[in-house]
This record gives sequence, structure tokens and C-alpha cells, in this order.
Amino acid sequence: MGRYAIKRIFQGLITIWFIATATFAAMHAVPGDPLSNEKATTEAIRKNLEARYGLDRPVFPDQYFIFLGNMAKGDFGLSFTQQNRRVNDIILDAFPVSAQLGVLAIAFAAIGGVLLGAFTALKRNRWPDVTVMLAVILGISVPSFVFAALGQLALVNANDALGFTLLPVAGWGELSHMVMPAVVLGLSTLAFLTRLMRSSMLEVLTADYIRTARAKGVSDGGIFWRHALRNASLPVITVLGPAIAAITTGGFVVELVFAIPGLGRAFVEAVQQLDYTLIMGTTVFYGSFLVFMVIVVDLIYGLIDPRVRLV
Amino acid sequence: MMRLGPARRRIALLLSCLLAAAAPWAGAAENAVDFEGRVIRMVLPQEPPQLDSSKATDQVSTRVLGHVMEALTRFDGQGRLVPGVAERWEIRRDGATFWLREDARWSDGSPVTAADFVFSWRHAVDPITASEYAFILQGIENAEAISQGEAPITSLGVSAPEPRRLEVRFSRALAYFDKLVAFATFYPLKESFYRARDGRYGADAEDMLFNGPFVIERWDHGARLEMAKNPHYWDRDNIYLNRIEFPYITADTNAALNLFKDNRIILAALDSETMENALDQRWRIERFNDGSAWYIEFNHRDGRLTQNWNLRRALALSFDTYEFINRVIGTPGNLPGLSLYPSYMQGAKQRLLQEIPPPEPVTDWTLAREHLEKAIVELDLSEPPELVLLTGNSPTANKQAEFLQTLWKDALGLTVRIDRQIFKQRLAKMTAGDFDLVAAGWGPDYLDPLTFGDLFASWNLNNRGRYANPALDACVRKAQNSVAAETRVEAFGCIQRILLEDHTLIPTYERGQIYVIHPAVKGAIRRQTSPDPDLARAWLEQP
Repeated sequence: MGRYAIKRIFQGLITIWFIATATFAAMHAVPGDPLSNEKATTEAIRKNLEARYGLDRPVFPDQYFIFLGNMAKGDFGLSFTQQNRRVNDIILDAFPVSAQLGVLAIAFAAIGGVLLGAFTALKRNRWPDVTVMLAVILGISVPSFVFAALGQLALVNANDALGFTLLPVAGWGELSHMVMPAVVLGLSTLAFLTRLMRSSMLEVLTADYIRTARAKGVSDGGIFWRHALRNASLPVITVLGPAIAAITTGGFVVELVFAIPGLGRAFVEAVQQLDYTLIMGTTVFYGSFLVFMVIVVDLIYGLIDPRVRLV
Repeated sequence: MMRLGPARRRIALLLSCLLAAAAPWAGAAENAVDFEGRVIRMVLPQEPPQLDSSKATDQVSTRVLGHVMEALTRFDGQGRLVPGVAERWEIRRDGATFWLREDARWSDGSPVTAADFVFSWRHAVDPITASEYAFILQGIENAEAISQGEAPITSLGVSAPEPRRLEVRFSRALAYFDKLVAFATFYPLKESFYRARDGRYGADAEDMLFNGPFVIERWDHGARLEMAKNPHYWDRDNIYLNRIEFPYITADTNAALNLFKDNRIILAALDSETMENALDQRWRIERFNDGSAWYIEFNHRDGRLTQNWNLRRALALSFDTYEFINRVIGTPGNLPGLSLYPSYMQGAKQRLLQEIPPPEPVTDWTLAREHLEKAIVELDLSEPPELVLLTGNSPTANKQAEFLQTLWKDALGLTVRIDRQIFKQRLAKMTAGDFDLVAAGWGPDYLDPLTFGDLFASWNLNNRGRYANPALDACVRKAQNSVAAETRVEAFGCIQRILLEDHTLIPTYERGQIYVIHPAVKGAIRRQTSPDPDLARAWLEQP
């Protein structure tokens, strides 16, 4: 187990190095640079700006190795767009926000998906099943920016109709701010999990042990909660790992619409503004996060199923 | 099949728990206006990128700074220049003197002195600071040499012979210097405080010192910014609001409109899409001229087809600015593009464009085709050429580019290839000269026609089409170096005539913006230069 863990961590480091190198190369291949602005600057000022950010040296090998060295120390340097701020501070500020939102969204998606999936399986081919499955197709195919806009509009109208604030329309700080964005962010995962859960539940419901349980006189509720739901949820738990990574990193539009100071927004703005240091910082951070999640999942697999370690 | 009794009950329980949890939050959100506390709330389109005034360049930063800092002079709601930190001043051909008011204070209670301006201006031209707006100090003695690293910063033509007297020496006449110093780069900075921050000045609320009507009290990056009335501000008795808060930071116009509808913010900018929504609500839609002039810039570099005058004239003659603002842009408040100078610019006695009226633009497709024929012969081509139109990637930019593409196909049979680029790439291509035509715009840095007038001077780095015409350069120099208002207006007229006759560019429109504002908020100022919108002297009236 120890050797397996070391091997996986080593592979993870190689992956992160590869992500960093590929991003670095792609970023510098794009025309334009973070220092060019609407108002042109003189040669002298440009030179000093380049020197401040270390852009006066050749991209390869100098800038690349300086970057790798700093990355190893965990220092991503000064941001170009949020001047005066260090990329590390931006990530430290923004990631917890995205993470909170992500955890809430995942909780919503997982609980909702498991319950809805099980429910549709029980009502197979009857109208509740058909309705939910239609909604699921919508949930998977409609992009999140549409849901975000609709969700916000729904809140405006609800608050207006009620005459008091049910939930705030946008902003960040309290739990109430998180509800609608988390729902919107979790919707597509919820839809996906519902479908997964439904097919898994259908399989389980025809299994022998369910029939045995029923023959032994276990109540319908007991069969559902204790036997069917538990077993059918296993595949859902398997896909949760990647889903967590996807949700915590994929909230850009939701963060923009609901004015949430998360890392997804910082990342996309960095790309649009060609903020070299913030692009590298967020990419490497996200990459490491994903790699870390995958390693954790793999190690857990390894604990549960010894065969995995051989692969 | 099983019954779902327990499951259903549990789901119902879960849902009611969620709803019950939501109920106590009701009313927790803050309203757009708090009459008792004299608070207004707004949205910021983005996190302010730079609140060190010597380095700030963007509109969001200068908008925030405009509420918490004060320059020597400032503009009032009617666009008139009024005293700021300086209570009076004198502009001469070779320099200027500003007398500072006695009661001007920093937010730590210490007096604002002439030395604070000397430090700030020297710091801005210092090449080590690498301020992108160092150019705005050009005309002050030695500013250019210092920013090139050829002279010490102490040689800048600015001094503080007395704590409340600031002396400035010019290297060329700066007739508009009193207007120029209202700009953010000219705000004072207190040297001892600035140096103590060790490079972190402007990074956080506690890393700044304020001398304006408000102070930044709280700044949660990316999330929230709050300003409170500055108790040390000399004109505090005329500041009504106690707080201006920005609890939301987002560039999404739809989200802003939703927040406005939900009574969370006092002002929401509209675009053609959200305008419909606002009209449905029967809100009063306000408009204002945001100060920017838009045009199609030609590439005048050697070897470019657009170097040909007949080709440029053909393109210009087929364009109709009225059709453009009515059919393509579509939102109210935009004005036709008649000149490089926007209509609000002041001349000697009245509006500049009344003193030097530009010719009414001609749209004549037949004449345009004749000029195209001549161009084809001159350029030795066999057929109408293909041109590249460089543009941005916003929906508005797309719509405009597609209109032009169709227009020139119909009018002249020209093929125009649209090159859509995101901001930085578009700039890179503009600077490299990788285009035939580019859709561009310019906003004023200061309220003098020269901010537009010198754009196409051969030495101006923002002249990205590299237009070079000695006759134009001479007129620009005359406008720069003269003091007499009439002489300058004459020079501005000369610049306008050359640009229009030579078809250096095609003016397309003067941008107007539309917005909705809370009816209780009075005295909100929209203006062409930063800070915009300006709420520093706004007040509230219960409807």
C-alpha cells in the first residue's frame, strides 16, 4: 500500500508538471501580452513594467525555469490585473468561496439525485417517471448560464410577489446567498446522478436479495431505505469524486451572475486579460486539486479492493 | 410495487426544513437606499484593479478614487471647473501657481500640503514607477526626459516654496492645465505614508490615505467595497451621504438589472437587451453622452491598400452615420459621428463644434463607386480588393462589423473579412499594424479638445494606423503650444479639416449610454471623464 501510494503521488507530480508546462507554452503562444493596454506606453515605461514582472528575459529557458522554481516554492508572483495583489492571496481568498458553494451544490445534487433516481425507478414508466426524466434531459442539456439567469429572475419575481426577501438575488456573505447559486450549479450534476441512480435502482430492485427480503416480510419502506437505496447508491458515490472537482472548478457563469467572489470568475477573467501569473496560479492550483482528488479516490479504491493496486 | 409513505414524508420534511431555514433570512438583505442612515448601494462592474492613483488607468479604479480623493481642481455637476484642494490658481504661458486651502486634510487629520503634490507627480513620472499615464504630465518641465530615464526626478518642474503654494514650470504652453490637474494621476500622495507601505500602497483599505469626500472603510476583494463619509474632508458640510456601499461586484448587466428590480442597487446600466426589460417595467430611462467618440481607423502603413485616398473616400462615401446609429446600434442617446471631436467639447466661447462646424457627412454610392474605380486603377488591381476589418468580440462589435461587411459588399462589391479578436489580441494586432480597417474608439482623459486632437499626430503612440502628415502635425503643435483660446480653436479646426478631407478615419458615432436610477437619489452626476457615475455629492429625497 505504501509503495502504491508513493507511486501514485509521483505520477501526480508528473501530471502537475505537465499541466503547468503545457499551459505555460499555450499562454505564451497567444498573441498579445498582459502589459498592452488601450493607451499606448513609451518604450522606457514598457521596459520597466517588463522588468517588474520579469518579462524582460527570454521566455525559454529563463522565464520558464524561474516560474518552475517559484512554483515549487508555492509562489505564483504578482497578478497583472489585480495589481498590488499576489496570486497566492487571490487564490486563498477566492477558493474557499468556490469550495463552499461547491460543497453545497454537491450535497444538493447528490441527495436530490439519489432520491429522484430511486423515486423514478419505483414509478418506472408511469407519469412521475416520465416527467422527471424529461426534466433530467433538460437539466443535462441546458447550459448553466441559462439556469443562472432564470433562477435569478425567479428570485426577483418571488421577492416581488411575496413583498419580502425570500432569498437575496445576488451577493455573498450569508448562507442565504448560497442557496440559489448552489441549486443552479448542482442542477446538471443532479440530472446526471438521477439518471445513473434510476438505472442502478432498477437493477437492484430485480436482484435476488430484494426478493428474499420481501419473502421474509420486510416492509416496503424497509426494503427501499435499508436494502435497495443503499446498494443502488454505490455507483453514484463512485462518480462523486470527479463531480466534486467539476463543480468546484466550473462555477464561472454562476459566480458572475450571482456576483460571487469565487475562483472560477478570477480564472476566466485572467484568461481574458492574459494575466500570465494568475492564469498559471489558478491552472496549477486547479490541476493539483483535481490530481489530488483522483489520488484520494484511487487510494480509497485500493483499500477497498486489493485488485486495483495491481493496475 | 411498494408504497412510498415514509420516503414521501421524509422528503416533505426535508423541503419544509429548507423553507423554514429560509424564513429568518427574510429582510436580512440590504435595500438600495437607507434614508435614515443616508446610505446608497451600488454594483461595481469589476474589482478595482489599481487604487494607487499614480498608476491607475481604468474607469473602475478612477471611479472609486474620484470619491475618496480630491485633486487641485474638480468638475461640478454642470461640467464647470471648481476649486478642489486649491482655492485659487493662475495659469501662465510658462507655468502655473496653485494656492492650497488651509483646511484641506488627509483622512489621518494631517494637512494636505504642496509637498504631497510634488511627491505624487514626481512619483508618477519616475520610470521606476512605470506608470502608464506618465504621458499626461508631459508639458511640465523635464517630464519627458525623466520618464525616459534621462534626468533625475527632482528636476521635474514642480516645487513647493511654501506648504500651501505649488509652483509648476512648463516646457510648452498648457492652456488647459487647470482642467488637466483634475485627473487621477495628479491626486496628491503623502510621501511618509506611501513609503511606509513599502510597495503595498493601494493594495487594501488600510494601505491608503484619503483626502476626498469619502474614505474606503472596507474592501473585501472581489466581493464588496464600502465607503464612509470622511470626517476630515474640508467640504464635509456639503456631503449628504454617510455611506456609499458596493455589496456586489459583477459585470453582468442582466444581474445588475435584477438587483435594481429587487431594490438592492440604485443604478443599473442598460444595453439594447436589458432596455426592453426596463421599458416593460415602465421605468424612466435616463441617457447621457459617455464622452467617447467611435470611428473606423485606416491602416496608413506602406504597402497597405488603405493608404490609397480614393479607396478610403469610396469607403467613407458609402457609410451613413444616421443609418448606423438608428439601425445598427439601436439604443437611444447615441449621436451621429460628424467629427473626431465629440459634441460636448468646449471651444473658446461656445461648443467647439459650433465654432468649427464639421461638414454634413455625404453618403453617395455612385460617387463612391467612381472613387473605387480610380483606386483600382491607381493600385493596379484587376478587381475590387479584399480588406480585413479588425474588431472586438462583443455582440455589439460583431453586429457593427457585420453591418459594415454587408454595406461595403452592396455599395462597392468589396469583400471585407472580419477579424474578431479578444481585447489583448486586438491591441496586439493594432499595434503590429495587422489590419486594413479597425473599429476603434477614444474616451477623453481631460476636458480639452486636445485629448482627441493629438490622436493622429505622427508621434502619438495611440495612432495605431501610423498616419503621418506634416500639415496635421503642424496644426497639432499649434494647438499644443498656444494659449489664446481663439488660436487653439483655429488649430482644432485645421486638424478636423485635414482628418475629414484626407479620410484619415471614418467617424461612426458618439456613444450614448442608458441607465435607470432610483427615483429618491438626486444629484447623481454622469460625466465624460472619471469619476463616472459620481455620487459624492448626491442626496436623498423621500418620494
